[in-house]
Amino acid sequence: MSALDSLRETFRRDQVFDFMRQGTRSVSPGQLDAGDGKNILYLEDITVSFDGFKALNDLTMYIKTGELRCIIGPNGAGKSTMMDVITGKTRPDSGTCFFGQTLDLTRLSETDIATAGIGRKFQKPTVFPEHTAFENLELAMHDAKGTWHSLFTRMSGEQKSWIEETLAQVGLLEDRDKVAGLLSHGQKQWLEIGMVLMQKPQLLLVDEPIAGMTRQEVERTGQLLQSLAGKHSVVVVEHDMEFIRSIASTVTVLHQGSVLAEGTMDQVQNDPKVIEVYLGE
Amino acid sequence: MRDSTFKSALSDRTAKTFMGVLFGATLLVTLLNQIFPPDSALHVSAYTVTLLGKYLCYALLALALDLVWGYCGILSLGHGAFFALGGYAMGMYLMRQIGDRGVYGNAELPDFMVFLNWSELPWYWHGFDQFWFAALMILLVPGLLAFVFGWLAFRSRVTGVYLSIITQALTYALMLAFFRNELGFGGNNGLTDFKDLLGFSLQSDGTRVALLMATAISLAFAFVLCRWITGSKLGRVVLAVRDAESRARFIGYRTEHYKLWVFTASAILAGIAGALYVPQVGIINPGEFSPLNSIELVVWVAVGGRATLYGAVIGAILVNYGKTVFTGIMPEAWLFALGGLFVAVTVFMPQGIVGLVEKHWPTLKQRFMKSDSNDDRPSAQGEPS
Repeated sequence: MSALDSLRETFRRDQVFDFMRQGTRSVSPGQLDAGDGKNILYLEDITVSFDGFKALNDLTMYIKTGELRCIIGPNGAGKSTMMDVITGKTRPDSGTCFFGQTLDLTRLSETDIATAGIGRKFQKPTVFPEHTAFENLELAMHDAKGTWHSLFTRMSGEQKSWIEETLAQVGLLEDRDKVAGLLSHGQKQWLEIGMVLMQKPQLLLVDEPIAGMTRQEVERTGQLLQSLAGKHSVVVVEHDMEFIRSIASTVTVLHQGSVLAEGTMDQVQNDPKVIEVYLGE
Repeated sequence: MRDSTFKSALSDRTAKTFMGVLFGATLLVTLLNQIFPPDSALHVSAYTVTLLGKYLCYALLALALDLVWGYCGILSLGHGAFFALGGYAMGMYLMRQIGDRGVYGNAELPDFMVFLNWSELPWYWHGFDQFWFAALMILLVPGLLAFVFGWLAFRSRVTGVYLSIITQALTYALMLAFFRNELGFGGNNGLTDFKDLLGFSLQSDGTRVALLMATAISLAFAFVLCRWITGSKLGRVVLAVRDAESRARFIGYRTEHYKLWVFTASAILAGIAGALYVPQVGIINPGEFSPLNSIELVVWVAVGGRATLYGAVIGAILVNYGKTVFTGIMPEAWLFALGGLFVAVTVFMPQGIVGLVEKHWPTLKQRFMKSDSNDDRPSAQGEPS
């Protein structure tokens, strides 16, 4: 389209600019727009390649607001790369990635994405080893994150009880003053889930939450994740089929960087393509 | 309780002990110098007063490095540059105070400019005849350099050994620049032959004692300031950046801003240390920018113990005392001793002297006092509680 055409298109006489009309623009740019019935995450045609190897290949996937979604797939299917793309750690070669209707995640920094409301629990639990469990949650707390604010801020009673509530929720109230480096592997996993919760995210990305946990711990983690869905949207990446069956409503199977199948656990398990990928190789 | 304010940092036990020891020692030296006549056995010479003042300047510099290395994990091998810049700012003021008492008796120009046949004062020397301006520059010049340098480095996510190397290059480049006569800072010889500071003669005992006092007060102030910073939420974020930077980024902290903040604050403290150092030793020359100085500084902090603040102070004083003694006996072997010390500390006591004492403190206490200790974090990494 020539410049003249686009100018005409912009200044069409039969319409009024959106911002001139009262009440039409409910969301300003930079704000999350993921109301009821809309999707919270839009991944479209995402391709990521590392030295010619396509970790993600035209991946298209949507996550509904308030949904609990499980993602499975064999090693190298692109699960972690997908998480990296969403959190801004890896930039896709092509494709779009939107958080709500307005936020283009491929243009935001990791920090901006975290602030916008996406929390991530890593595959390998990464907590701050020399801070206590309490301090770990305090650091993750949803609050202004500027330097001067941090220097002068003092914790309010409200914030303190919020941290304690979260500690209780992840079962670490008794270990609140223990240095995180000394916690057991399962406890670290929970502490990290707690940290993600303290960020008050709209979308939680949980990478292999039950690795290294005992049966009881697994059960509690499942309950915790289920209780989070609804208020938050949760994406869980996991290998453990039994665990996924116990919590999932919708399952997405990734294979070689794109979606192989999507549906309930039963549908997915009976899908011939999935069976071939999991059993045929 | 958890978040420290400046007031609470001032009144906690560590700060009180620190200030008690510091001011006690300073007052003792002062009194011994002022009360007893020079022929008395108890008299402390002006040389010792100045020497102590020098150690305290180094301690302040070490404190600055500990803030950025111990707490934020940025191993700066160029902190001597900020120290030297603060020193040069002070030196310029002292040069302007000489007036027409220089060798050439030129009231308008410092001696070295007369020697170079310069006809007028370069623009960047203007204002340095005012103390307030010089004081402002002492804070501003190192702070600004650290800010710009840090902004570029941290924004590009330069970390670890690469950052150490470019800080080293920074101080080396500054050294080469300051060696040049054309730059207008006295070249090779630097700035020297100072007469007085704020109207007080630098040669008098009274001024030397006052400078020692000023250094002690600055050190105490900086110590409390650092305790406040490290005890605040900012301090905990900085520690988090040191231990798991990407995690800190994923929970929403702009880690480069935190690093920049700490780096700049530290550079300003280093500049103050340099400014207090120059009137006491009477000279500032490009040698202060030498990379070796910055490396020695790292050794002080490593010997004392990182991330404790008082460890850095102890390390700076001990190593420099050692240096004074050692260079008196065998000057040529000092660098070998310094290198050996660094290796020994790295291998045998990675947490420095403070770490070693803290580790063995419970057992020592039990042996001598025969009571159980109720220390619940015996192997704490020296993190302030």
